[in-house]
Amino acid sequence: MSERTLLSVRDLSVRFRMRGGGEVAAVTGASFDLAPGECLALVGESGCGKSVLASALLGLLPGNARAAGRARLRTGEGTGAGGCDEDGIDLLGADERTLARTVRGRRVGLVPQSPAAHLTPVRSVRSQLAETVRELTGKRGTELADATLAAAERAAFPADHLDRYPHQLSGGLAQRAATALALVAQAPLLLADEPTTGLDRDLVDRTVDELRRHTDDGHGLLLITHDLAAAERVADRVAVMYAGRIVELAPAESFFRRAGPRHPYARGLLDALPERAFTPIPGMPPELGDLPEGCAFAPRCARATDVCATVPPLRERVACHHPYEGSE
Amino acid sequence: MGERTVPGPAAALELRGVTAGYDRRAPVLRDVSLAVGAGEAVGLLGPSGCGKSTLARVSALLHRPYAGTVLLGGEEARGWRHRAPRAQRTAVGVVFQQPRLAADPRLTLAALLAEPLRATGRTDGIPARTAELAEEVGLGPELLGRRPHEVSDGQLQRACLARALVLRPRVLVCDEMTAMLDASTTAALVAVVERYRAGSGAALLAVGHDRVLLDRWCDRTVHYADLVSGAVTPGRRAPADTPAG
Ligand code: SF4
Repeated sequence: MSERTLLSVRDLSVRFRMRGGGEVAAVTGASFDLAPGECLALVGESGCGKSVLASALLGLLPGNARAAGRARLRTGEGTGAGGCDEDGIDLLGADERTLARTVRGRRVGLVPQSPAAHLTPVRSVRSQLAETVRELTGKRGTELADATLAAAERAAFPADHLDRYPHQLSGGLAQRAATALALVAQAPLLLADEPTTGLDRDLVDRTVDELRRHTDDGHGLLLITHDLAAAERVADRVAVMYAGRIVELAPAESFFRRAGPRHPYARGLLDALPERAFTPIPGMPPELGDLPEGCAFAPRCARATDVCATVPPLRERVACHHPYEGSE
Repeated sequence: MGERTVPGPAAALELRGVTAGYDRRAPVLRDVSLAVGAGEAVGLLGPSGCGKSTLARVSALLHRPYAGTVLLGGEEARGWRHRAPRAQRTAVGVVFQQPRLAADPRLTLAALLAEPLRATGRTDGIPARTAELAEEVGLGPELLGRRPHEVSDGQLQRACLARALVLRPRVLVCDEMTAMLDASTTAALVAVVERYRAGSGAALLAVGHDRVLLDRWCDRTVHYADLVSGAVTPGRRAPADTPAG
């Protein structure tokens, strides 16, 4: 793991055991790195495995799921306990106690999908923020009050709105309140799971710009989204998931602007945007419990040939037997 | 620019001076006017929470306004919800943002799709019409046998769109139909709507917050904020500062 790497994921797979004996391959062989000050956008349609991947990193998989592989979060301080060593924490190997006490909220800040659902409706923003600050820092009294204010400020949440209740906030301020909670511990890694779903375009832009600001402050940001426009605005690199696999991992600049995506699925997804061709990819994604042999995109792919009956490995950032070259 | 001719009595959908909401003292919509011409596709753009969903519900005869008139094909709406005359109720199809809130969790997708046929006693044609529409929205027989919790949001929304089309409405109201969906599913559902409109001549009111999408999809896009002043009511003069729709 290099000096610069904050999170290193290798060959991460998640399997769900289903009632009746079936198995769902939610994530297969995912590998990527994330550096401090960098944003990696994990994009794909709902059900492609990207949220399961996030849950695996947080140790929040349901009981019938098994994760394999490695996901190492650099900490710079080994505690020797529960999966920690001087190199960091293995998020997949760590026990629940370690995850709850040293990872979630502390080393990994979670920016939630729906701030309304994340905030407690019957308590003011100040009281919720103060509780989190107390929990994570142990501060009391005036120290706590000051730290609470500082936490609000970090997420640009206005101090004069702190005594409001969640339903008295606009969508934008509710999102900032939730982000403030995620930032309390100054966690080196931020994980944002669909933070812009259902928001107006202006609010999407403002939300991702704020996430970008926190990234520029030195956090590593893993953004999980199906919103390609949001990803284009904020990401340094893009990882495209399809049917549980990362099929392309590219610098955002070349993916969105220069060469374009190289994987046929990624290209189709971008072409479906109303600002581009607005043409859908034919068909629908396969069931994760019933994946075809070989490339999972083959039934929908215009470039498929016989060789696509074998799974294409991720080579030179793309998992495809016939990738597009340059701006083909 | 800024002036439009009246689509006339043939407007597929027209709201005249509609005031509506959930509290008479604080209506969400105040004196709103809007017309969608026959065969026309109008995008209604506005931020979330501004009242455009209420407007969509009033247009679909699902919510009774406090004041004002709704006209379908030039004919005044004579009731709301189950009190709406059948001919008017079935003239409008509607698709909402959240398919899970709009679908009975006990029904299979096939039953969901055929709900309006059953409700209007047209049970004869169910198998044929269900098969035809399922194919149109891309749902295979295996998916049709499943219940909402066994399919994705996108698959369920496909079923909800098919349900909205099953009675061949003359007006389709799509309220943030694709807000939860990925780019490819969005493009696929919009293509289904447009194929239906091309074949039937139906009009469309597409309510949303994504300007790029509505501009691409619709003949014209109006801003919710402009409706309230009556600025884009056909036949009235728009204020000079109104962007041409
Ligand atoms: S491997 Fe073959 S089927 Fe899969 S995306 Fe590439 S060309 Fe298409």
